[in-house]
Amino acid sequence: MIGLVSYLVFFLCIVLILGVITLGLNLQWGSTGLFNAGIVGFYAIGAYTHAIVTAAPKAGMIANMGLPWIAGVVAAMAATALVAWIVGLATIRLRGDYLAVATFGIATTIQLLTHNLEPLTGGSHGFSGIPRPLFDVLGSPFAFNLFYLGLLACVVALVYWALERMVRSPWGRVLRAIREDETAAVALGKSATRFRLEAFVVGSTLMGLAGALYVSFIGFVSPFDFVPILTFQIWAMVIIGGSGNNRGALLGALVVWTIWAATGIAVTKFVPVAYAAQGGAVQVILIGLLLVLALLFRPRGLIGEAAQVSRHAEKG
Amino acid sequence: MLGQAIADGVLTGAIIALGAIGVSFGLQILRFANFAHSELLTWGAYIALVVVAFAGPGTPTGPLSFGWQMMAAMAVAAVLTGLLAWVMDQLVFRRLRNQGAHPLSLVFAAFGAALVMRYVVVLIWGPGTHFYTRELQFAVEVLPGIRMLPDQIFVLALTLAVVVALHLFLTYSRTGMAMRAMAESPALAKVCGVNVEGVTRWTWILSGALAAVAGTFLGLSPQVHPEMGFSLLLSLFAAAILGGAGSLPGAVIGGLLVGLAENVSVLFVDPGYKGAMPFLLLLAVLFVRPQGLFGEKQ
Repeated sequence: MIGLVSYLVFFLCIVLILGVITLGLNLQWGSTGLFNAGIVGFYAIGAYTHAIVTAAPKAGMIANMGLPWIAGVVAAMAATALVAWIVGLATIRLRGDYLAVATFGIATTIQLLTHNLEPLTGGSHGFSGIPRPLFDVLGSPFAFNLFYLGLLACVVALVYWALERMVRSPWGRVLRAIREDETAAVALGKSATRFRLEAFVVGSTLMGLAGALYVSFIGFVSPFDFVPILTFQIWAMVIIGGSGNNRGALLGALVVWTIWAATGIAVTKFVPVAYAAQGGAVQVILIGLLLVLALLFRPRGLIGEAAQVSRHAEKG
Repeated sequence: MLGQAIADGVLTGAIIALGAIGVSFGLQILRFANFAHSELLTWGAYIALVVVAFAGPGTPTGPLSFGWQMMAAMAVAAVLTGLLAWVMDQLVFRRLRNQGAHPLSLVFAAFGAALVMRYVVVLIWGPGTHFYTRELQFAVEVLPGIRMLPDQIFVLALTLAVVVALHLFLTYSRTGMAMRAMAESPALAKVCGVNVEGVTRWTWILSGALAAVAGTFLGLSPQVHPEMGFSLLLSLFAAAILGGAGSLPGAVIGGLLVGLAENVSVLFVDPGYKGAMPFLLLLAVLFVRPQGLFGEKQ
């Protein structure tokens, strides 16, 4: 029984971390129509920045700082924001599908960097010894997971609240105006490039935050945590949950990760070890199919975007 | 050293160019970034592998490591992969177009379709590597200090022939002209009586066939594995965009540039960063010329 509860706590922690990413993507894709194919790259920047800032100095690692958890979180968000801003400046004016190619390329480049900058990242052996907040005080891994679940719930609630405020503000309405009809928005004097860039940076910063939350939960990070499939899973979550709706993005994270975890358990239980690769393939095929089928048969997702969001419009 | 890197770059570039032509057509004629295109390369290579498994690679002809059976396998793969591309369009992309979906929805769907296609390969053929032939080959010195395998010279020659044939097809045939018209302006092509569905179908089939040829060449040098197409994805897009979407010479030159950048860069920077080269080259070009080297301003 305790095994099941402890698994459930761990599972929910992962869902909430993924939820932070889906909320970030929802701002980029759902509200603004930006195609980010490099989610995993921004997530990795946050993760490695946090690891470097908080891990204690160690032989062979040149940059470890051993600073407190919160410093790591802030640094992770700042570093991701900076990279997203530079990337955005170079690519945000490109036509939509070129942005997809460019962000995909950035994710590939960042993954190569995590592999090759060994003194900084530990290379393909990974980066261990990342402190987990209050782990020693709490004593047992279960107590830590429970505490972390509470912490994550607070973070997600805060991010959700902030995003809801933002998309309902005049700023958020401009984003949707640009998404729906760029020419009209520009004719009204809004700089499409500036608003797009802002949405891109804010969304990517959340992905960096999620990276920091992930490494300080697991305590270890390696380049294999950032394979391209994660980007596709996050998309599936947002599209299946309902793009343009923050609750949809969170629901999508829960639904898709449940399907992924359940098929993973089924594969390890029922598929012989010799065919493990094929079992894993079935898992990925399912994600691809879900994505395509959702786009074909339910483009709104489970709970789609609300038809109108202005409280003034309701009165009329 | 430099000479050898250039020779290797031209060879990789030729294979990338064949794949990039399809991507370029996709961007300009079908009007979306088809990220599933790389999987057509993989499928082409595996279909050829099946034919070779039945017919055998044949007795080596002259200095080559394979016989006429390999060519037959490539032809079968080209036809079947062309059909596969068309089926993919019918099942997914045509429906999305007809629903009036957001153009970027097609890109999402392409990534989804790519996942399915790539992992169905793992499901059928397993995650390991395969070879068309186990014949050993010795490199010959083509120029002082530059060595190439006879197979590689053959691949280069055949790529050249395919590109010339394609150029003639696009310039003189009715379908080719209609394709170019669609690339210029789909709306204008439609009012001029171009059969849009027909052109779309031929674009898919042609792209698939070229991808299969590229995939088979990739498999010849030297192995076939499920990630072979996906690992080229960035190179294909870099080549297509670099050259200017919709331009055949652009895609070919883009492919060569990307191949050269990958192989020559190894002499100057850590080979671990080879995979980032096409992307860095692309960023540099887009910064200066957003429409690509040979693209026209919209």
